Amino acid sequence: MDIEEHFFRHEFGRIVATLTGLFGVRNLALAEDVTQDAFCRAMETWKLRGLPKNPSAWLMATARNRALDILRRERTARVSEPELARFLESEWTLAPTVEEAFSAYAVNDSQLRMMFSCCHPHLSEEAQIALILHILCGFNVKEIAQAFVSSHAAIEKRITRAKKILAESTKLFDLADADFSSRLSSVLQALYLLFNEGYHGSSPEAAVRMELCQEAIRLMNLLIEQPALVTPQSYALAALMCLNAARLPTRLDGSGNLVSFFEQDRSLWDHTLIAEGQALLNLSASGTEVTKYHIEAAIASMHTSAARSEDTDWKQIVSLYDMLMAIHPSPVIALNRAIAIAQLDGPERGLQEIRVIHDLHRLSSYPFYPATLGELELRRGNYPVAKAHFSTALSLARNPMERNFLQRLIDTCKES
Amino acid sequence: MTEFVYLYRGYELPASPEEMQKKTAKWMTWLKDLSDKGHVKSLGEPLQPGGKVVKGTKKQVIDGPYAEAKDVVGGYSIILARDIEQAVAFSLGCPIFEDSGSVEIRPIAQMELGNGY
Repeated sequence: MDIEEHFFRHEFGRIVATLTGLFGVRNLALAEDVTQDAFCRAMETWKLRGLPKNPSAWLMATARNRALDILRRERTARVSEPELARFLESEWTLAPTVEEAFSAYAVNDSQLRMMFSCCHPHLSEEAQIALILHILCGFNVKEIAQAFVSSHAAIEKRITRAKKILAESTKLFDLADADFSSRLSSVLQALYLLFNEGYHGSSPEAAVRMELCQEAIRLMNLLIEQPALVTPQSYALAALMCLNAARLPTRLDGSGNLVSFFEQDRSLWDHTLIAEGQALLNLSASGTEVTKYHIEAAIASMHTSAARSEDTDWKQIVSLYDMLMAIHPSPVIALNRAIAIAQLDGPERGLQEIRVIHDLHRLSSYPFYPATLGELELRRGNYPVAKAHFSTALSLARNPMERNFLQRLIDTCKES
Repeated sequence: MTEFVYLYRGYELPASPEEMQKKTAKWMTWLKDLSDKGHVKSLGEPLQPGGKVVKGTKKQVIDGPYAEAKDVVGGYSIILARDIEQAVAFSLGCPIFEDSGSVEIRPIAQMELGNGY
């Protein structure tokens, strides 16, 4: 028996969301149990009889039949989604209603509604992301704790509390609701943070958590596949994800070490994803609102469209960072802007810009702050100063990849 | 609003799962429409063709119903309509007619209280 590593993880969200659509949000726990049960049956049956032709369809059918059993056995509104209850209580309509809920369109719709439900305004951003990972991406508590460098107990508490709030809703979020656009902003922010956590994660084990990026992209695709729901900012975020994901293959070398942006082999970037990202970026250029996603995607596109590092249009990138600082100032963005200025006007100018960053103290535990100072000093030939900065960065490094990366820079300073 | 029972007669159980799915979908569409308009008190249930009939003072148990297939009750629903004319009008969309079946429309009787004597 051979199934793809993340098969169950991907199916989990589809099935839980669909079942929740039938049983109602207050029966989320039942939906989770039935899904687990379908997985157990699959494992048992497949071990004996081998893999079915379409494992995904097999799982869906098992969950669907189990749902039908439960709805028949209970025959009460207790296990039904309130709006569907009247159809789930009669044999005239029970089977077709369940069948309809498991249609491809309805499955995607339920996942989207679940995603919007997870971004409940009473939940913190961290709780929203944990809930999305848990319910829609099939991550267990341990995996979420690892992804967010948090304790098992803390994440468990966060998820239990979040589920309680979720279960207070009468139904999954209605995509035609008047609150749609404000909820959409929260959903996009959650997916953005999820992607970034994977892309420059703070995990103690890995510098890049590819599966978090992939999950963010998968959920983002669900959203942009529904034309009625797509907004320019959604296209912009999808573009940003594609353009950044395209560069993921070169962020680490063969031994899993971080590779400096300027040394990455651009021929290894994923050109299909770059083309897709570029197309999405074009689609995002409508409406009047320019969001941080638009600008960040535009910056990413400046990088992916430069054949060589030397060909990069740093002037354009600096002005994009200026725009980003105007609408969404943060010390990390200011640091990146300073790096771009250093590329354009030399390391001295970059260092000057860093010195005047507002709220610089907020970068005090961010290893790439001293690492940037070190890099710029290195370019000026101030090896001892550079080495001191890299050593500070090393003491702040969050995983072995960052540590190796910085150690190599320290060694370069020693050699010079 | 008055309550009426629809008794569906001559409902044919489809032979293949595909036909079954098609037929159920038609019933679903019809009943859902009626229900969405607030004219359904209970969707009721479809019935299997066979069963038992217990009858008479001797409570004789026989296999039944032994009517002709087209006369066997194949299911029921309880609907709400202004009057019998409206109840008739609502029934016209019923998929049973594709089976050459019938809908019997019967107002629910109200049992009056005794007068106390």
